[in-house]
Amino acid sequence: MALILVVFFGLPMLVVVAVSFFDFDHMSIIPAFILDNYQDLFTDEVTLRLYVSSLKFAAIVWAITLVIGFTVAYFLVFHVQSLLIKIGLFLLCSVPFWTSNIIRMISWIPFLGRNGIFNQMLIASHVTSKPLEFLLFSDFAVIVAYVHLFTLFMVVPIFNSMARIDTRLIEAAKDAGASRYAILREIVLPLSKSGIALGSIFVVTQVMGDFFVVKVMSGGQSASVVSALSNEIQELQYPPAAASAVILVIVLMLMVAGILRLVDVRKELVA
Amino acid sequence: MRTATGKRPWTFYVLAAVFVLFVLFLYGPMTVIYVLSFQGPEGGLTFPMNGVSTQWFHELVAPGRSGDIAGSFQRSIVLAVAVTIGTVLICVSAGLGFRRRFPGAGIVFYLVIASLVMPGIFVGLGISLGFQLLGWETSWEISGLGAQLTWTLPFGLLVMFAVIGRFNRSFEEAARDLGATAWQRTREVTLPILLPGIIGVGLFGFTLSYDEFPRTVLTAGSENTLPLEIWAMTTNVTSPALFAVGTVTTVISFFVIGASLGSIALIQRHRGRNVRSH
Repeated sequence: MALILVVFFGLPMLVVVAVSFFDFDHMSIIPAFILDNYQDLFTDEVTLRLYVSSLKFAAIVWAITLVIGFTVAYFLVFHVQSLLIKIGLFLLCSVPFWTSNIIRMISWIPFLGRNGIFNQMLIASHVTSKPLEFLLFSDFAVIVAYVHLFTLFMVVPIFNSMARIDTRLIEAAKDAGASRYAILREIVLPLSKSGIALGSIFVVTQVMGDFFVVKVMSGGQSASVVSALSNEIQELQYPPAAASAVILVIVLMLMVAGILRLVDVRKELVA
Repeated sequence: MRTATGKRPWTFYVLAAVFVLFVLFLYGPMTVIYVLSFQGPEGGLTFPMNGVSTQWFHELVAPGRSGDIAGSFQRSIVLAVAVTIGTVLICVSAGLGFRRRFPGAGIVFYLVIASLVMPGIFVGLGISLGFQLLGWETSWEISGLGAQLTWTLPFGLLVMFAVIGRFNRSFEEAARDLGATAWQRTREVTLPILLPGIIGVGLFGFTLSYDEFPRTVLTAGSENTLPLEIWAMTTNVTSPALFAVGTVTTVISFFVIGASLGSIALIQRHRGRNVRSH
């Protein structure tokens, strides 16, 4: 296992780092040690705009998936009594994870389009008289697709850590006169912290690393760090793409480290 | 959290409503494209339905259309099976190995987590660059397989951790006390008990590989896998044939999910009955 991960993950990452220092022309990459790729990256104001755009998506999607994920997990763990139904509903939530992301994403197109179902419903119910244009090929569509794709990454870890909470704790709190809100704040929230952290790491890294949702759902209007990077790859500009990948990985590592500082998730994974 | 009188609190109904909305949100759009893939010959990418036909499914395999759906589908299945076998073998042995602390366990663990959260396209970029520098051709059988394993192995291992966490070691100890060798213990006691979990690992291996896109896009070489073919279609096909592909692949996914979960349920039920009859 270690060997495969080293060969197909560890080494390729080192190659990316190495190539990020390479020179290139329009035909090939030239081994060298130059800092031009990084210099271009840091002096180009587009970089900043891309990061702002990516971080904005990540923050919005994170907040939405956290609320939905927490609510759904809470419902499954504390309100569904029968174990069989609980497992059934949990599977109902996780089955889409095992189907194609691309298909799930394009399934929003007939839904949100100009003559799509959502607009038809709005018009039929007289909420608006003209179809809303902003639904598809916009930031809105990108966020909807992200939430649709990644909420599961929130539900599952939060569900896991919540399911481990000893219900006697909650009973005791109730007997001692704690309100619902107090139980939520003092018991459930702290004890599901590691699940929340784990889910957050997944969602944030997935959103920051995405390129195809942004490309398709924004209709080419929005960009993210990785979608710009994948354009560079298509133009065979590998060294700048590698440099930008290195920077993004550093940013991601800092974000993950920040989350880990707040919550130790290791016990969640190994225990 | 039922109250003492057995009445459900009002929060139950609010949360249940949220849950139902969430499930609708998950499945609603998907259902729409399955329906739309049966669009009549004159129909477009959205409602209303213009008659009902299977024309778009025929179009997928019709000769002369651009792209290679049938071939890419075949490659995806072969690749997914290979990834599944690799994932199961490696994750089961690694999962059992991780029960004992071994030197480097921490490093391997962090490698696994890093591989899980690393944006897939970077893994693909690294592998394709590495192959380029070495002067090798990327191909789905080798570089594609390796790229996908960096995605399925971490998931498989985490599933193994969860499964092993609930495994009662006294079964193994009992077997040892009865004189079983290490190999016998693994084959006759540990693996059968873990079997449902192992099927779960296989399910992850297959479905994640079958639908993998960001890691494969740069490592598949000249021949596409199915998700790459679909990706190409999203940019140049504007007929319900796109939805027909979606319906076909989802049917396959659901079939695999159903078969895995079904066999897990069957094993569990079988066990439940045996326990009760004793």
